[in-house]
Amino acid sequence: MNYLMQSTVRCLRQRWSVYALREVDVQLASLAFSARLMCSAAKDLGDLVEKDKVVVFMKGTPAQPMCGFSNAVVQILRMHGVNEYAAYNVLDDQDLRQGVKDYSNWPTIPQIFLNGEFVGGCDILLQMHQNGDLVEELQKLGIRSALLDAEKESK
Amino acid sequence: MLPSVLLCARPLSTILGFTRPLANFTTHMAPNRPVEGAIRTKLTQQLEPEHLEVHNESHMHAVPPGSESHFRVLVVSPRFEGLSLLQRHRLVNETLAEELRTCVHALAIQAKTPQQWFSNPSLAKSPPCLGGSKGDHTVEEKLKAGSD
Repeated sequence: MNYLMQSTVRCLRQRWSVYALREVDVQLASLAFSARLMCSAAKDLGDLVEKDKVVVFMKGTPAQPMCGFSNAVVQILRMHGVNEYAAYNVLDDQDLRQGVKDYSNWPTIPQIFLNGEFVGGCDILLQMHQNGDLVEELQKLGIRSALLDAEKESK
Repeated sequence: MLPSVLLCARPLSTILGFTRPLANFTTHMAPNRPVEGAIRTKLTQQLEPEHLEVHNESHMHAVPPGSESHFRVLVVSPRFEGLSLLQRHRLVNETLAEELRTCVHALAIQAKTPQQWFSNPSLAKSPPCLGGSKGDHTVEEKLKAGSD
């Protein structure tokens, strides 16, 4: 009887450990799947921000911005003669909206990337415009700011 | 038996809490502006600013009156010495991470060193709203979180 009970307990323990292992497996697999999804999303965003020299994630489009801060970014770029750039409307894609915030670890939109590197939001772009840094950064990308020509003409 | 009796021997007012002195709260707390208060408190504690302005700009946007969803902050702190603009803004974002995660939808930041503020003591102005918050479910969720 004792032997029977012992072997039953042993058997149950083995089954339980197999069950527990299976549960852990499922959880690990689910974690791994989420991690793969996140890596894949990050890779996609990585590709997106590196595809073009100037990339903007905004609300609305350059032709029709839906947010004052996004519009400010569009206007600043326009002043520098930068009218051809990649603009992604996050209002059209909630996954993109959250994805870019996770990717850049930045909580708000708009977001500007130059040469694949996150530069900042509207406030930073405005300050870069005001202190001349934006002209310099565009120059590094081989983009001549229209403000340089405007300055030349005025002299 | 005795310790629990001693516990119960606390004055009723203390147990109920309504006579707790207001000195426990900093002067940054405004009862009807909890988010603004929290922003002020956290920025003061973390960045030790020489000058701090917190402006609720929600009224400039397509959100209900009394909302606390759109803010502009001006922080003047020696903590920003030697930091790039991005680093400074990240510091402010990290300080207000909880608010940004829950109820604050937009945060405009000016982060200056005392020298920079001395040379140019001006608050930037936010651009006019283009109505993007209206019908935006993310904003609606944050407004709800702010009112809870």
